[in-house]
Amino acid sequence: MASAAIPQVRRGLVRSLGQWTVDIVRFVGDLALFSLDLLGWLCGRLPRGRVVLPSLYMIGVQSLPVVLVTGGFIGMVLAVQSYDQLRSVRMEATLGTVINLTLVKELGPVLAAVMLAGRVGSSIAAEIGTMKITEQIDALRMLGADPVQYLVVPRFLGCFLLIPLLTVFADAAGLVGGWFFSTQLLGVDSSHYWIHSEEMIGGFDFCGGIFKSFFFGAAIAVIACHRGFQCDAGAEGVGKAATESFVYSFVAIMALDFLLSMVLTVAQHFWYAYWFRPVMAPG
Amino acid sequence: MIETQPQLKPLLELEGVSRLFGTQVVLSAVNLQVFQGETLVVIGESGCGKSVTLRMLCGLLTPTSGKVRFEGLSWSERPERNRRNEQLRFGFLFQGAALFDSMNVFENVAFGLRQNTVLKADQIEQIVRERLNEVGLPFSVCEKKPAQLSGGMKKRVALARALALTPEIMLYDEPTTGLDPVMTDVINELILQTRRARTITSIVVTHDMSTVKKVADRVVMLHPAARLAEGEQQVIFEGPAAAAFASPDARVSQFVKGEAGARLREMALAG
Repeated sequence: MASAAIPQVRRGLVRSLGQWTVDIVRFVGDLALFSLDLLGWLCGRLPRGRVVLPSLYMIGVQSLPVVLVTGGFIGMVLAVQSYDQLRSVRMEATLGTVINLTLVKELGPVLAAVMLAGRVGSSIAAEIGTMKITEQIDALRMLGADPVQYLVVPRFLGCFLLIPLLTVFADAAGLVGGWFFSTQLLGVDSSHYWIHSEEMIGGFDFCGGIFKSFFFGAAIAVIACHRGFQCDAGAEGVGKAATESFVYSFVAIMALDFLLSMVLTVAQHFWYAYWFRPVMAPG
Repeated sequence: MIETQPQLKPLLELEGVSRLFGTQVVLSAVNLQVFQGETLVVIGESGCGKSVTLRMLCGLLTPTSGKVRFEGLSWSERPERNRRNEQLRFGFLFQGAALFDSMNVFENVAFGLRQNTVLKADQIEQIVRERLNEVGLPFSVCEKKPAQLSGGMKKRVALARALALTPEIMLYDEPTTGLDPVMTDVINELILQTRRARTITSIVVTHDMSTVKKVADRVVMLHPAARLAEGEQQVIFEGPAAAAFASPDARVSQFVKGEAGARLREMALAG
């Protein structure tokens, strides 16, 4: 019995592996086709303003409070975590550099993107998923509206165009939170705090963070809408679509952050090598 | 009831249409013709592919094999733009009404007009007013959201929305499901009234025999593909409503009379 069971287990594993591979390929292919369809509409006829504006409001304006609050707290957390270590080497004056550089390069864009994926992405997936299972998407088609143009394009534009603004607000809130905690509660000198920050943080760092956020916004919108369109029937299907939207978006944000950070690091080397060589050269 | 005058060429036609969802066969080599001006009622057990048939007829679903033709041309042979324009000639009353949750009644009814016409706001308002009046709803209902409406009102608003673009073919997917007997009769009357008011071809998918009796010119009964015998057709009845009630086929007569009969024994055996 035992010897017969082993090949069966192996067969099961092989089958599972094969099925998993097929599912991944199908998912990627389907997502690519969906993105192409979206690109076609983005390059073609855009939806009317009255269709796009509610999405911009929901994605941008309504996300602002949560982005500001979390941004502020992240700045303060960075101050708490970094202060003791910097003080042990008598470098607490550079606390501003650590906090602000971390914020504008990494945490600001990633935090804004994660908040958007959680607050907006899941909501988009659940909304489109519910529309799918209640036949509203079919109704759109029968009334002459293309669901990608009508539902996806406004949400994509909202995420893609407004996440950089949300990132700026997250950065600003983090900067204020970090400054407040460091200077008012930990006693770091305010002028040193800003002078060190100014010395170490350049426009490239700030713009690099904003640049990354465009990719995060696009990924969140595409994944959330795609999950909505792939939603299974019933309340369970809608819940699953919302969860998958967040999880896949989060993974995509992290993977994109890694790849874009590498690209930006190389680009930064070129930037400094070509633009600042005369300034930095000795003598 | 309006006399149907079948022409040589059908308006809509399914030719050897099969449809699979995963490995499940829902439609198996179905042949069906719909003629201009008639009201065809499609009946059959749950899961026999009635709604799938309806969706295929208007090009919302593509068949796994076979052809679905509208005015002699297959949906798959039509360019995307043409397909979308032709679909506007159809009105679809969905089973759950499918009203857009985020919009109020006015916006729902006006949606197709705003999307596909260049009519001015006052012209759109006039059409919305007329359509709501046609389905027996006051204009004051316009500000309400779908969640604030009863089942019957939702169906009527959905009918008004479907009629706003003056379709030539109306598709009704279980229009009376979940409604009380009075509201069921109201919807049946509206189906008749819609046909009387304009030259319209109607296809009604239903379980409701009162609808069959009241609106059908012709009845088609589908049998679940999974329970077909070798070589058997999925369309097990096609003819006038009266003939369906007098059918010698036990499957048809039990269904139209609402008797469990052999189906109960079959289910017990399967269980």
